[in-house]
Amino acid sequence: MTVESTAARSSTRRSGTAEADTSATGKPRKTAAKAPAKSAAKAPAKSEGAVKSPSSGSRAKSAAKGSDKAAPKSTARSTAKSAPKSTAGRSAKSRAKSTAASGAGRKAGSSRATRPARSGAASAAGGAANGVVGAEPELIQLLTPEGERVTHPEYDVELSAEELQGLYRDMVLTRRFDAEATSLQRQGELGLWASLLGQEAAQIGSGRALRPDDYVFPTYREHGVAWCRDVDPTMLLGMFRGVNNGGWDPNSNNFHLYTIVIGSQTLHAAGYAMGLAKDGADSAVIAYFGDGASSQGDVAEAFTFSAVYNAPIVFFCQNNQWAISEPTERQSRVPIYQRAQGYGFPGVRVDGNDVLACLAVTKAAVERARTGEGPMLIEAFTYRMGAHTTSDDPTRYRSDEERAEWEAKDPIKRLKAYLENEKLADADFFARIEEESEAMGRHVRDAIRTMPDPDSMAIFENVYADGHALVDEERAQFAEYQASFATESESGSAAVEGK
Amino acid sequence: MAVQKLPLAKAINASLRTAMENDSKVLIMGEDVGKLGGVFRVTDGLQKDFGEERVIDTPLAESGIVGTAIGLALRGYRPVVEIQFDGFVFPAYDQIVTQLAKMHARALGKVKLPVVIRIPYGGGIGAVEHHSESPEALFAHVAGLKCVSPSNASDAYWMMQQAIESDDPVIFFEPKRRYWDKGEVDPSAIPAPLHSAKIARQGTAATLAAYGPMVKVCLEAAAAAEEEGNSLEVVDLRSMSPIDFDTLQRSVEKTGRLVVVHEAPVFLGSGAEIAARITERCFYHLEAPVLRVGGFHAPYPPARLEDEYLPNLDRVLDAVDRALAY
Repeated sequence: MTVESTAARSSTRRSGTAEADTSATGKPRKTAAKAPAKSAAKAPAKSEGAVKSPSSGSRAKSAAKGSDKAAPKSTARSTAKSAPKSTAGRSAKSRAKSTAASGAGRKAGSSRATRPARSGAASAAGGAANGVVGAEPELIQLLTPEGERVTHPEYDVELSAEELQGLYRDMVLTRRFDAEATSLQRQGELGLWASLLGQEAAQIGSGRALRPDDYVFPTYREHGVAWCRDVDPTMLLGMFRGVNNGGWDPNSNNFHLYTIVIGSQTLHAAGYAMGLAKDGADSAVIAYFGDGASSQGDVAEAFTFSAVYNAPIVFFCQNNQWAISEPTERQSRVPIYQRAQGYGFPGVRVDGNDVLACLAVTKAAVERARTGEGPMLIEAFTYRMGAHTTSDDPTRYRSDEERAEWEAKDPIKRLKAYLENEKLADADFFARIEEESEAMGRHVRDAIRTMPDPDSMAIFENVYADGHALVDEERAQFAEYQASFATESESGSAAVEGK
Repeated sequence: MAVQKLPLAKAINASLRTAMENDSKVLIMGEDVGKLGGVFRVTDGLQKDFGEERVIDTPLAESGIVGTAIGLALRGYRPVVEIQFDGFVFPAYDQIVTQLAKMHARALGKVKLPVVIRIPYGGGIGAVEHHSESPEALFAHVAGLKCVSPSNASDAYWMMQQAIESDDPVIFFEPKRRYWDKGEVDPSAIPAPLHSAKIARQGTAATLAAYGPMVKVCLEAAAAAEEEGNSLEVVDLRSMSPIDFDTLQRSVEKTGRLVVVHEAPVFLGSGAEIAARITERCFYHLEAPVLRVGGFHAPYPPARLEDEYLPNLDRVLDAVDRALAY
């Protein structure tokens, strides 16, 4: 009782501070640091923990860490074991209404049942998400980090040995391409590179769930999805080398340009999906974004538009735990997938390092979209093993231990273990993939080193579709200016030759 | 449709109707544009006739409106988006500047963004704050966008259809204080190109250049000046990006003097660019520096002060007097 009321009071004070701070500085981030200090001064020592946790997010952090640890071992196994039980326990109603959302409901219920005091305090503190702050969200998983195949009551996927090998190949080649690009940046061939290391399963699993007529709106890190869409990997390097700002035809592979400004593409995806619905097409749209983007207003608006127009769209959030240096707790006080509930469509959290689970869940979500059931949010719980980009230094904000924990959950290793243990692939197969990977590395290196710089007149190209008098004028002036140099140097060299 | 005398708002309505009849990909999106017909009734009756799939009442989220319009354009639609008032466009500014304006270039021309963003703009209707602003320079400054503003019913009718036909994003600034001004609209006429300026009144002593709501003020000023014995030419620029400098140059070479008038603040406004370019182009023809009349470097004032803030006949003629005094 004491805990609950203290939490409620402190939360009031916190939100008051937050408002004042926002209006004064426009930087609500500051409040997190200020709030606990202020309230701790006034609140009795006993309640400090309760005050601090919801406002600073430290409890959420520890919960998230806990779930990291627990996910592979306890969550996955218990899911597999308790599958029949929980299936039986779920009401027919919830399944009929929305299969995916039921996960959230059940979890909220179980967290209340097992930890009444904590969840009570949490809901009093923030009124957040049915008291699930601090609870460990369930992770949909079909392949454990050890490579053990487990089942899930709602999501499954039947794959032949060949298809499984295909997923393995996709992930290995994507990782190789990514590593090659990182090296090329280090060698000065690229200005920047945003590595997808660690997120291969999330991208290949979701990417392989799509049909060619579906449309993808990526961020700037979806190299694995691009691979699934048959976009030439070397095309992705153009913008990072600085020869263009995009460069491929989005319509030739139904893969939109990379979008750098965080979250903006989710609205384009929502609009495209609205268009699909108007056309009566049975294709779907998938919008990729990250945990950081989940804070953007555009993502919230994309959720709203997609929901109210029942657009055929899948929101695929790769929660890789870090938005440059900011942990996910700085973006949300509830697990990201639970936000969907507030918009009226289902959300699920999937093991983002499990390619089978990502494939199964995305297939189900895309199928929902095709059949007119509207949007769905998938939170792929994964980890950015590398830096945000080659300009980033993650040692300044996260620990080696954390990285090591995730290293153990590597998406490729676990599929390899599964393929080997179940004798679904032999040594020859792995050797072939290794060779292919080497060949791809060579191809990428050659392609980047021979990639021509654009002509300077490209500055003026495609600024407008129908032309623009000012662009024409400036193009002509600049050409004339450049030609004046050419004339000088020509006459200069002619003079030299004359001697 | 025969020749009709229509208020400017109704001319746009007729134009939208024609565009929707001609092309099934034309959509109208915005807040209250459907059943209500928009707060200025510009889209009145369109949802009734074209249905909710084509005249779409949207959630109240400007970034979402423009962002989803971009997605619809990528899918092959031609969305005409209404931003309810000038001061409400800024939540969408990022989508307009960062996404809409650049996407064609980023895709090396492989995608087109035929999106029209209608913005009722400018003051003079006694509104509360954020309802009277003139942000056109903030958009004209951005490569990839085109910006136009009609000053009369006939231009509004034609320019709207031309904007919808354009494969580039067009910001269509509607002079809201002129919504009720009537003018003749002849649907069988042959319109001038969208980005061409027009000589709205011939004159010899000085040129007044304006667009949108200020054209009328300039025409009134020219009429008053004539009584005082000064012959002023009025150029209706119609387009702020691109600007038809050739037409303006010809006028200034004839008159030797230029006064640019707009409601937007003078500092770094369209008038600044016009002054610079005309000075370059007409340096030896100019008898006086190019002068500007416009808003002050202050937030748009409360409605009871807007008559002082907005350029009017007297302020325009004051500038003309100064130009003639050189």
